Parts: sequence; C-alpha cells; structure tokens
Amino acid sequence: MRKNVARLLSHAVLVIVAAIMIYPLLLVVSISFSEEGSVVKHGYRFIPEEFSLDGYAAVFNNPGILLNAYSITIAVTVLGTIVGLLLTAMIAYVMSRKEYRYRKATTLFVVFTMLFNGGLVPFYILVVKYLHLKDTLWVLIIPYLINPFYVMIMKGFLDRMPAEVIESAKIDGASEYRAFFTIVLPLSTPALATVGLFISFIYWNDWWLGLLFIDQDRLVPLQLLLYRIMSTIEFYAVHSQHLSGSVDVTKFPSLTTRMALAVLGAGPMLFIFPFFQRYFVKGLTVGSLKE
Amino acid sequence: MKNEAIILSKPNKPNRKRYFRRNRDLFILSLPALLFKLIFSYLPLIGLIVAFKKFRFDKGIFGSEWNGLDNFRFFFVSDNAWRVTRNTVLYNSGFILITLVCALLLALLLNEMSGKAVKFYQSALFLPYFLSWVVVGYIVLAFLEQDRGLLDHIWRLFGHEPINWYQEPDRWPYILNAVNLWKTLGFSTLVYYAGMIGIDPSYYEAAKIDGANRLQMIRKITLPLLTPLIVVLLIVAIGGMFRADFGLFYFIPNNSSFLYSTTDVIDTYVFRALRTVGDVGMSAAVGLYQSLVGFVLVIAANTIIKKSNSDHALW
Repeated sequence: MRKNVARLLSHAVLVIVAAIMIYPLLLVVSISFSEEGSVVKHGYRFIPEEFSLDGYAAVFNNPGILLNAYSITIAVTVLGTIVGLLLTAMIAYVMSRKEYRYRKATTLFVVFTMLFNGGLVPFYILVVKYLHLKDTLWVLIIPYLINPFYVMIMKGFLDRMPAEVIESAKIDGASEYRAFFTIVLPLSTPALATVGLFISFIYWNDWWLGLLFIDQDRLVPLQLLLYRIMSTIEFYAVHSQHLSGSVDVTKFPSLTTRMALAVLGAGPMLFIFPFFQRYFVKGLTVGSLKE
Repeated sequence: MKNEAIILSKPNKPNRKRYFRRNRDLFILSLPALLFKLIFSYLPLIGLIVAFKKFRFDKGIFGSEWNGLDNFRFFFVSDNAWRVTRNTVLYNSGFILITLVCALLLALLLNEMSGKAVKFYQSALFLPYFLSWVVVGYIVLAFLEQDRGLLDHIWRLFGHEPINWYQEPDRWPYILNAVNLWKTLGFSTLVYYAGMIGIDPSYYEAAKIDGANRLQMIRKITLPLLTPLIVVLLIVAIGGMFRADFGLFYFIPNNSSFLYSTTDVIDTYVFRALRTVGDVGMSAAVGLYQSLVGFVLVIAANTIIKKSNSDHALW
C-alpha cells in the first residue's frame, strides 16, 4: 500500500515536470495557428479562439528569405556533422588505444582546451584578420568541427571496445586505417548516432557564428534570421514614438507569423530527435579523463 | 594485446620499424583534429597579447602599439567590472545549485520507473534542450509580452497593474533562473540517470536481502556511487563560473538596455565591447581576466577535492 502511494507520487511529480517542459512549446504552436485578430484583442491563449493558417500563409507567400536561410542551415548542418563526426571519431579512437605512445599527450592536448582558452577576441581576430573567413560559408562550419566534450563522450564508448577486435583484424593483416574504418566505425553505431545528433543540433541551432561573422544577407542561417526579425520588431516597438509616420508597421510580421517562424525554426530537429533517442542513455557515459 | 604493449614500449631492433609504423598510423589518424585544435585553440592564446595593446585591425596583432595595463584599468575602474562579474558569478552559482538538486531528484525518480515510462519522461524532459536560445526567446516573449503575454495576463488577473517585463530589472533573476532550468534540466537529469543505471544491480539485490528499503538504498548505494560523477561535473562547472551562457543572457532579455543591471554578464559585455563599441583591446583584457580566473578556479576546486578524497579529483 505505502509502496503504491510512493509510486503514484513519483509518477505525479514526473508528469507535472513533463507538462511544464512541453506546455510552452505547445503554446507557441497554438499561437501560430490562431487567428491574428483574436490574438491582438485578447492576447496569447493556449486554446486558439479561432483557428487560422494565416500566420504560415504570410511566411509561405514570400518564402525567398526563409528558403535561403533553410538551405544555408541544411548545408552547414550536413557538411559540419559528417566532417566533425569523422574527425571526432578519429581522434577519440586514437586516444582510446591503450598501447598508443602519445595517448596521454593527446588527451592532455584536447582536455586542456576545455579548461583554458583565449576567449572571444583572439578567436575573432584569427578568423577575420588572419584566416579571412568572414562572410563565407566555411566560417559557419569550421569552428565547431571538434568539441572536446564530444571527443570525451566518444572516447568513453571506444574505451569499452574489446581490444581483441582490433587485435584480430591486425593479425589478419589489416592496416590501422583499415581496422578503424571497416571494423571500429561500424561497431560504434550508438556512439556515432548520439554524438552525430549532438553535433547536428549544434549546427542547426547556431546563431553565434552568424552573429559574429556574417553580414551578407545571402549567407544568413536560420537562427540568425529569426533573431534579426525579432530584434527589428523590438527596435521599432521601443522607438515607435520617435519614428511615427516614417515606418510602415503593417509590413512587420504579425504576432501569429512570428510564432509560426519560431515553429519553423525549431520544428525539423524536434521531429528527428525521437528517432535517435534510444541510443542516448548508452551514449552519454562520459569517458574518463584520467587513465 | 598485452604482448603488443610490451613490444611497443620497448622496441628492440627487429621490431623498431613496426613500432614506428604503428604509432605513425595512429598519429596520422589523430592529425586533422590535432591541427584543428592547434589553430583554433592554441594559436589564439598568442592573440591574448592584444589585451596589452592598443589594437588596430589594419596593424594586426604584432603591429599594434603596446599600452601596458590601460585596457585592464579602463575596465576595472568602471562600475561595469563589478556589475558583470557579480551577475555572472551569482547566476552561475544559482544555476549549478538549482540544476544539481532538481536533476538529481528527477534522476532518482526515473531510476525507480520501468523502461517504457522512462522513455516518455525522458523525451519530454529533453525536448527544450534541443531548442536554440533564439527560439526560446520567442517562447519567453509569448509569456512576457506586454498586454498579450500569458504570464502578463495571469499577473493582471490577480489584480496587479500591467508591467513592461522587458523594462523591469528586478524580476529578471527569477525569470532567467527559471528559463535556464527549463532548458538544461533534461540534459543534466539524463547524465545522472545514465550514471545510475551503470551501477551494478547486485548491490541492490544484496541490500534487498538485508531488508533495506528504497530510501536506504538511495542513501547508502546510489548517492555514494554517484559522487565521483557529481564531483567531476561540479569541478567543470566551477571552472565555468566566470563564463556565462551568452545566448541565455543576450536573447532572453532581448538585449534590452533597461535590464543590464541584472542581466548583463561578462560574455555579453565582451561581445558588445567588441562588436558594438569596437574596443578590441579592452574586450581582450576582459576575456583574459575571465579565462585566468576560471582556470585558477578549476585548479583550486580540484586541489581541495583531491585533499578530501583523491579518487574524486579530475587529475
């Protein structure tokens, strides 16, 4: 009896927490499907007073900018995830090989960057002045290729790979490269799926590199576009009294369109994520930093 | 495997060639990532000298003139230094403490559940983690927008005067703590939960035979065995104490200058100094201050923990 009460209570707590997590998302989706007039009059409500697709219609009637942002973001996400995942797996594998001579040095070299770095300014100067990457597609991809934290997650997996697997491949005469690409990689699917998903989310959700390095409109990624729209609206909302007359307020995205944009910005990844979820718990054991 | 290790560490003549080749191949596999880290993490450390220079883009890092400690002086004599440092440290302390407690509690609850229920709760908890701060900014707007936001509506239902949330600094510590918890809770919970399911079930079986109840098992088995993980994450978090999550503090308050007194942190300050004001030297100085203090904090935290229990230390 007491046990059942405890179990029921635990479920109740988790259901409430889950509801708090999901509710704001549903609110935004619900606003995006509401009728503009009722939102203006009564404010944002969880249950739309009138259902309407106008918010989305406004976006799709003039899709050029959004489609461009999507294609930039998709290109960056695909390229960055493939290359980043490969490089991460390669160095994590080397760090996991117990007999590799420079193993400790390599681990220190990677982990130190987690604990100390030069900060924003030297990085900014390096990219802009010395690598000349400002306003290129590459600047949205290259800086995120290797994340030490993901290297450690990957190493955590590979540490548990039986040494005999690699041994037997080498007895059969396979080179290190062959052993890695044809035997180790195929055996690490859960690790690759987990880390790959994390890397792709980093790219999909990134506005930081765009905010720093992109001024040209044709290179603006999705999240930066969302931010620009928001800050334009805010700017006029704060300064409207000083600017009266000169600005056509009707040109702004309506309240429902704004939320439709947020849904379109977050949507695709939220649909992909459940498919990868089964690998997660297995995948999240962080590799030991010590020997 | 063992044999090979011996061969590799003590090469005699016939094996020397093989020994070099083995290490060479592995080295080449790691080379692209090593070069990447060299360029993007180690090379910028040279650039830190900008903190002691009057930097001009046309002259570059080495061509710009030295100006001693002027950049630091400029920052530390202003009120900004105290304000952004205080905000950064207080917010991060709050985040670390609140997230640790909530995530541990939820992970313990999840650990009592069956597989199917766990999967559902886990998905729900994890959802916000995969949203960008920009999108979260839109979501928060749906709650706080003047006259329309849901929270604003509820606020007025209780008979309060309507307020412009984006101009009221006093309320933002609560808002930012809540938003941060909402977004990061799922990830932290999952990390602790993954640690819990890694615990050998035979401990629990033995405890059960001895007649221990659930709470006793949590206190005597789960929490002690989880301590190393908690400590490692704490050390890393303490090292990041001077580093704020830029997106949270920039997008959620909408970079509203009315709110700087309670929302401006070191990272947003450096960004504005660099991109809006264009004072490269000073932003580099603030960045160096941030990195150095963070590094000292990690070492201090690790040393203290090493003294109490060397198994738990990071190195």
